[in-house]
Amino acid sequence: MMPVLELRNLTKTFPIKGAFGRRGGTVRAVNDVSLAIANGQIYGLAGESGSGKSTIARMIMGLTVPTSGDILIDGVSILGKQASLAHRQKVQMVFQNPGASLNPRRTVGQSVMVPLSAHSYSGNRAARIGDLLEMVQLPAHFADRYPHELSGGQKQRVAIARALAVEPSLLVLDEPTSALDVSVQAKVIDLLEGLVADLGLTYLFISHDLSLMRNFAQTVGILYLGQIVETGPVASVFADPQHDYTRLLIASVPVISEAEAALRPHIPLINGEIPTAEDLLALRQNSPNPGPNTKEALS
Amino acid sequence: MTALLSVQNLSVSFTTYGRTAQVLHNVSLDVPEGAQIALVGESGSGKSVTMKTIMGILPIPPARIEGGAVLFDGRDLLTMPERDRQRLRGTAMSMVFQDPMSSLNPVFTIKDQLGTILKYADRRLGRDRNTRARLARVHEVLAQVRMRDPERVAAAFPVQLSGGMRQRVLIAMALLSEPRLLIADEPGTALDVTTQAQILKLLKDLVRENRLALLMITHNLGVVRETSAYTYVMNKGRIVEHGHTAALFDAPRDAYTRSLIAAVPRLTGREA
Amino acid sequence: MNHPDAPQQQALSNAWQNWWRFSRNPTAVIGAIIVITSVALAVFAPLIVPFPDHIGAFVDFRNRSQPPSAAHWFGTDNVGRDIFSRVIYALRVSLILPVVVLGIAIPVGVTLGLLAGYFGGWTEIVIMRITDIALAIPPLVMALAVAAVLTPSLTNSMLAIALLWWTWHTRLIYGITRQLRSQEFVEAAETLGASKSHILFREILPNCVSAIAVKTSLDAGFVILIGAALSFLGLGIQPPTPDLGTMVASGASFLPDFWWQSVLPGCAILFVALGFNLLGDGLRDLFDVEDVR
Repeated sequence: MMPVLELRNLTKTFPIKGAFGRRGGTVRAVNDVSLAIANGQIYGLAGESGSGKSTIARMIMGLTVPTSGDILIDGVSILGKQASLAHRQKVQMVFQNPGASLNPRRTVGQSVMVPLSAHSYSGNRAARIGDLLEMVQLPAHFADRYPHELSGGQKQRVAIARALAVEPSLLVLDEPTSALDVSVQAKVIDLLEGLVADLGLTYLFISHDLSLMRNFAQTVGILYLGQIVETGPVASVFADPQHDYTRLLIASVPVISEAEAALRPHIPLINGEIPTAEDLLALRQNSPNPGPNTKEALS
Repeated sequence: MTALLSVQNLSVSFTTYGRTAQVLHNVSLDVPEGAQIALVGESGSGKSVTMKTIMGILPIPPARIEGGAVLFDGRDLLTMPERDRQRLRGTAMSMVFQDPMSSLNPVFTIKDQLGTILKYADRRLGRDRNTRARLARVHEVLAQVRMRDPERVAAAFPVQLSGGMRQRVLIAMALLSEPRLLIADEPGTALDVTTQAQILKLLKDLVRENRLALLMITHNLGVVRETSAYTYVMNKGRIVEHGHTAALFDAPRDAYTRSLIAAVPRLTGREA
Repeated sequence: MNHPDAPQQQALSNAWQNWWRFSRNPTAVIGAIIVITSVALAVFAPLIVPFPDHIGAFVDFRNRSQPPSAAHWFGTDNVGRDIFSRVIYALRVSLILPVVVLGIAIPVGVTLGLLAGYFGGWTEIVIMRITDIALAIPPLVMALAVAAVLTPSLTNSMLAIALLWWTWHTRLIYGITRQLRSQEFVEAAETLGASKSHILFREILPNCVSAIAVKTSLDAGFVILIGAALSFLGLGIQPPTPDLGTMVASGASFLPDFWWQSVLPGCAILFVALGFNLLGDGLRDLFDVEDVR
């Protein structure tokens, strides 16, 4: 079976501007990333700021051009030409900040109409908008409202409805619930899960929230400085993380129960401090067999 | 034993566009000396308004204090003359701000900003310290927040520091005048989770070493469990439940608290 | 946030909020009153002027240079015509000027600003450099040049001003577009497959409306002043059609004895321009608050 999304050796480097506009070097935001997502799967990409996760999302959406490597949707490369309209129909994105991704001067209905007009939807557009709003559990008359009249959770539902308008196969969810309260987050996640089965969707779920990742994604890839350092089914990666960065990431999550605290890996403290990722990885490099030789540990 | 900080039956209303709404209803909470207390609530719960009222930075029109008292060391902050209030603020009671990006002035060095704060705090307390002594104190607090090279950090501009380091600077700012109560407003929310873990551990260590009282204001239940022994839960302007953190999380009594805890995703995955 | 489920309630609530803010802003209210009054006077001029036949070529030497009185509120000019009637009629000319000038300048300027701000590259360079050059030419000087080449008339003056006025709007819209270009909702529209013209005119332009509204109001005041200045110099509408600038000019030679012939039309210019300025300032205050929210 053809994977819905495949990234092959995807790389993106940015030039650093030196003095007087001269090139001061390059930074590799995404470094040789490869992954494949099968139909109906929820793939989670976990990373902190600077990991390259947003850059990857932007390249998949055609907002940024990769330096090298390939992106295939349903087996067809989307590079080479400008992102075509067909590509735009197959892949859609839900952005992080619901307040920013909806045009403040347009009503909900007008925002959801945008993809319908862009792709020349031939059916009854008003009815379709009503259907979409119902799909995300919003009343149909919300179509006349402006974004500032809606709560964060409602705005994000509108963003989801808009992304689903032309029946994409892949949804890229870029931190879709980070800006929402936890109780609202739970409802939006429930909605997203329901839609996978109902609409036969596939998700690329990008987040820094590991607890959420554990519950929502099926396969997870841990992104550090532009590279996937560990990947696998979410239960096994969390139960037995192999890479030091994954261990540090899971150990850093503030949890609310003893059971979860027991699950977190032990991280050796350096000088009484929790080490940064660089320090931890340097430690591993310098002593290939670190024993349990430090006095205290995190968690 | 009376608490260091005691909020008693605080009620606050806000008036916008000619309409008045009650945002705090009879809020009461106590922070004993040296204790670590959390005030947790989602957006719109009123926790920010409570914090601003305690710190005295609530904009009085459009807000209005309908009733109640905020006692610090037994004295009511709400009825205190402004000059006495000024003396308390930033000295006995100080705040760690939320956003390290916007809370530091980008055009001044760290030592300039901390130095200025210290100068005015000294003036309010009637203390006399010369420039060199002030700089020494600035280096001292930067070392307290575990900066590896306090002199270099002091001479730097905020833009040269990472997010985690800036948050430590904000904590250092709060420690300058040896406060007895630290109010932390969503510390680490704007940071990565690994950096946040470092900052929370730092806060816990500092609070223990200096025997400070800590009032942690947050929406993150995990942060509450990591840092606080006693928790107040707020919803729609009211305290709906309070108790010892472990007991509260294990057996919440109030329906809202229960739904809040149930909504938090677990690292252990879904239970059956 | 307010969540009444009935859409009518919500719409009323928004209207209420906007009205509440507007009515408490004295600048905006006074400006609006002046503008509305001026427009009403101009529109209904033929019906309300006390001496309609004094508008054209009319002489009554017995009544010339009479000071303001109950019969003639603004007095009479040096050939006996009622100044008040002529001032009201002259308002029509004064108010037509901004309508025509801005009617040309705004569509042209806004479109060029959108194109330059969104596409960047050579489009931006070409448009913005032309704008820079045009901005360096003072409108009055341009009007003089045009009048020297063509005959002095109202149309030619409007043409001269419009030829330069679009540049201010281009610069304003260019700045806003550049800022909005990287906003998430614009990127969202791109990922949704929206066409470029949709993004420019349906996504970005609605967010410029408040800035355009403020600028238009302030501009109207300026255009009126420039129009008056041009006709003061004799480059505007030609007599005997009443025009405020011309009246100020012809009355100037009789200062200070028959002061009302020059000063009162001048006050009318002041009054109208002030109204537009106040309205523009008031709108700006209103929209600032809205953006902060």
